[in-house]
Amino acid sequence: MNNEYDVLIIGGGVVGAGIARELSHYKIRLALLEKEVDVSFGTSKSNSGIVHAGFHSPPNMLHARLCVEGNRLYDRLCEELEFPFERRGSLMVAFSEEEIQILQTYYERGRKNNVPYMELLSREKILEMEPNLNPDVLGALYAPTTGIVCPYEFCYALVEDALQNGLELFTSEKAVKIRRGKTRAVEVETEKGSCFSASFVINASGVHADEIAAAAGVAGFKITPRKGEEYLLDRRVANLVRRVIYPVPTPTSKGLLIIPTVDGPVMVGPSAVDIEDKTDLNTTADGLKAIFEHAQRMVPSIRTTDIITSFAGLRPVATGNDFIIGPTKMKGFINAAGIQSPGLTSSPAIAEMVRDILLKEGLKLEIKPDFIARRKGIVHIRKAVEDRDYEKVEEAIRANPDYSKLVCRCENVTEAEVAEAVKRGHTCMDSIKFMTRAGTGRCQGGFCTSRIMKIIERDTGTPLEKITKKGPGSEILFLPLIKGR
Amino acid sequence: MNFEALVIGAGPAGLGAALSLKENNINDILIIDREDSPGGILMQCIHNGFGLHRFKEELTGPEYAERDIRLAREKNIAILTRACVVDIIRGSGSFDIILLSEEKGLIHVEVKVVILAMGCRERNRGNIAIPGSRPAGILTAGFAQKMMNIFGHPPGNEIVILGSGDIGLIMARRLTLEGANVKAVIEAQPYAGGLNRNIVQCLHDFEIPLYLSHTISRISGSMRVNSVEVAPIEGGAFAGSQKRFALTCDTLLLSVGLIPENELSLRAGVALDPVTHGAIVDNDLMTSVPGIFACGNALQVHDLADNVSEEAECCGRSAAQYLAGGKAKARELPLKAGNLVRYVLPMRAEAGKETTISFRPISPAQKVILTVKTDKEELIRKKERKIFPSIMHRVRIPKIPEDAQFIEVSFASEEK
Repeated sequence: MNNEYDVLIIGGGVVGAGIARELSHYKIRLALLEKEVDVSFGTSKSNSGIVHAGFHSPPNMLHARLCVEGNRLYDRLCEELEFPFERRGSLMVAFSEEEIQILQTYYERGRKNNVPYMELLSREKILEMEPNLNPDVLGALYAPTTGIVCPYEFCYALVEDALQNGLELFTSEKAVKIRRGKTRAVEVETEKGSCFSASFVINASGVHADEIAAAAGVAGFKITPRKGEEYLLDRRVANLVRRVIYPVPTPTSKGLLIIPTVDGPVMVGPSAVDIEDKTDLNTTADGLKAIFEHAQRMVPSIRTTDIITSFAGLRPVATGNDFIIGPTKMKGFINAAGIQSPGLTSSPAIAEMVRDILLKEGLKLEIKPDFIARRKGIVHIRKAVEDRDYEKVEEAIRANPDYSKLVCRCENVTEAEVAEAVKRGHTCMDSIKFMTRAGTGRCQGGFCTSRIMKIIERDTGTPLEKITKKGPGSEILFLPLIKGR
Repeated sequence: MNFEALVIGAGPAGLGAALSLKENNINDILIIDREDSPGGILMQCIHNGFGLHRFKEELTGPEYAERDIRLAREKNIAILTRACVVDIIRGSGSFDIILLSEEKGLIHVEVKVVILAMGCRERNRGNIAIPGSRPAGILTAGFAQKMMNIFGHPPGNEIVILGSGDIGLIMARRLTLEGANVKAVIEAQPYAGGLNRNIVQCLHDFEIPLYLSHTISRISGSMRVNSVEVAPIEGGAFAGSQKRFALTCDTLLLSVGLIPENELSLRAGVALDPVTHGAIVDNDLMTSVPGIFACGNALQVHDLADNVSEEAECCGRSAAQYLAGGKAKARELPLKAGNLVRYVLPMRAEAGKETTISFRPISPAQKVILTVKTDKEELIRKKERKIFPSIMHRVRIPKIPEDAQFIEVSFASEEK
């Protein structure tokens, strides 16, 4: 049978993608199932994009160890996979004597978690580093190892490299039934009726991990979606902050942050509200109000009139709050569940941990001699245009004349970049947006949407009316056509 | 490449400015446009009503544009399409223009004068932060217009329109004629945003309801919009849930305002006005950067293409004068927005000169008196039966008094 694998991963978020990339080092048959039309379309796409230093989690949690380890692994991954990542550093800011005391607690927690180079800073030093902060700030915990990353490009880069190394990717395949297999330990059946057998199945299905575990008959935890709303601000105010600005945390979250993004614009959020509905990605008027009130306390010049877009994501919070990573009563079925914040940061360490679990469970892992560690990123000209480095733009045009065809005016994205994203298998509007930034600027796709659709049509042969925003049901052009036409 | 004048944008503003430069003996002109062909947004405005003032006849958008395009061709004005200006770098007495051209790659062009005529863009869902989900089927009215009129694809069957700007109203009619069911137009203000003739011809004539002082408080649907929640606005906030109602729909069009497109202007160091979002200009329509001029919707959002053409003509004339060696600037004085006036353009003018001023009221009012006065005397006093923010006023001041320190435009109620 064709669909036989040594390892089958369910879920193409950063956790599943990270595991896929790690396991693609070895001579095994490896597959990944993703229910959406592209990877990174769940929790990973609405992530804050912060690589946390690791001082938030209590030392006894799995969070704490994996966060600090994961953070360390980013430099090498970034070098190999060419995704945008910068160690900007972070400030946890205090506005009262009481909060100053709390900073001390986190400083000590960070020391216990082995977070390097942390410092408690004076008011003067803080304002020198971040002049737009509220001058009422009294002190801050500085962590230079905090980083920012483009979460979807990170996820795409992991999958692209795994694909170069033999991963088989199945998108639009939703796992629904999981049972003991005849030829291999586990059999997975999808909604479309496809059947996959594997010696090991990794449950990396985000907010749905409890359902997948239950389908395998190993329920034992519940995933509560904890919704976070984020608001992206105009590039005009991109210089508000250079570092990630944390408030003193609340019991359920790291609080409402001010987040520089690798693409330039600043983001504020995320809120943290436990909800029931795993499909509820609504932003709310209350969320907006709360987020801006908090953000303005830290950086008073932040304005709601600078919002260019907003979105919401769901953190998969498991019973007990910690990550659930390990084998289960079902032979071959391994959980990588409840990966809420700091999940993005921890994901490279989770991948290594899962690899070690597989070894212990008896999977033979022999390194591929011809493993390709490098994945080429897409060359973007936006930064060169912004920095007036026109020689670099000319160089790109010499290599590919399509770099002179601007598709997205707001973010300076060209046809060359969009065509490359399409070539790499990203064929819906949201995927291309995540991959190239086309449509993320001020006009929010007003100018580029029709241009991008034409490139998809030309390069994939998909008729215009079949092109979607994010998969079947989200066609841009509405069909069926109006009656009588 | 060298040119005397570079015009950015080949819509009615850019074409008008270029023709006016030519008229005033400037021959070395290049117009740049990012689209495949000139004409700008007019090309997707297939409805009529254009040209009533300028040509005294009723034209469609493409017909209106065609007249200027033909003239530009006859006069051998160079138009480079499929090209974007990405930068304007100031040199001494000239500008280094950086272009990305589909045909020619990255090119530098040296020019003495730049005319900013990039038009405007539509405010979108992100700008107004409507709560709810993020499905397909939410688009700006202008994009829907392009889809319908250029590509021949209707955006949907069951349509709700938020905002009563002119493009939204025109699309309400256009989509109804195409067989769609336009369920309602929702407007947050207590008055309509578009021209009265469009309210009558596009909504009333088709019995499309207009909900004033209402907005959309929630968008629902995961892949495609399936409904919107409409909420009355009470005291600046959404009314309680019992007063809200749902409209099922598969498409939400947004016609919630236009913003002059000025990223390039900012890059060139041009100062912008916080109210108009366009450049701060003098009576020659010259910006804060000498040699850079602005006109059309990139300068201020106009109601009529005819007015854009008129402004562009004036802009081209002043740019030609500047190129011809300029003129000594007389003393400048500020123009101020007084009672009930949102802005006045230009923002400064020369004493002793003729000037046409544009301004808009902040809110609708009836039976008011418009006054234009200096610190010393009243220049214009005129009764206005009704004023609306959707109607721009343009008034000519034959000569600004030599001794004036400022000019103020205001509306006052007749009773006073």
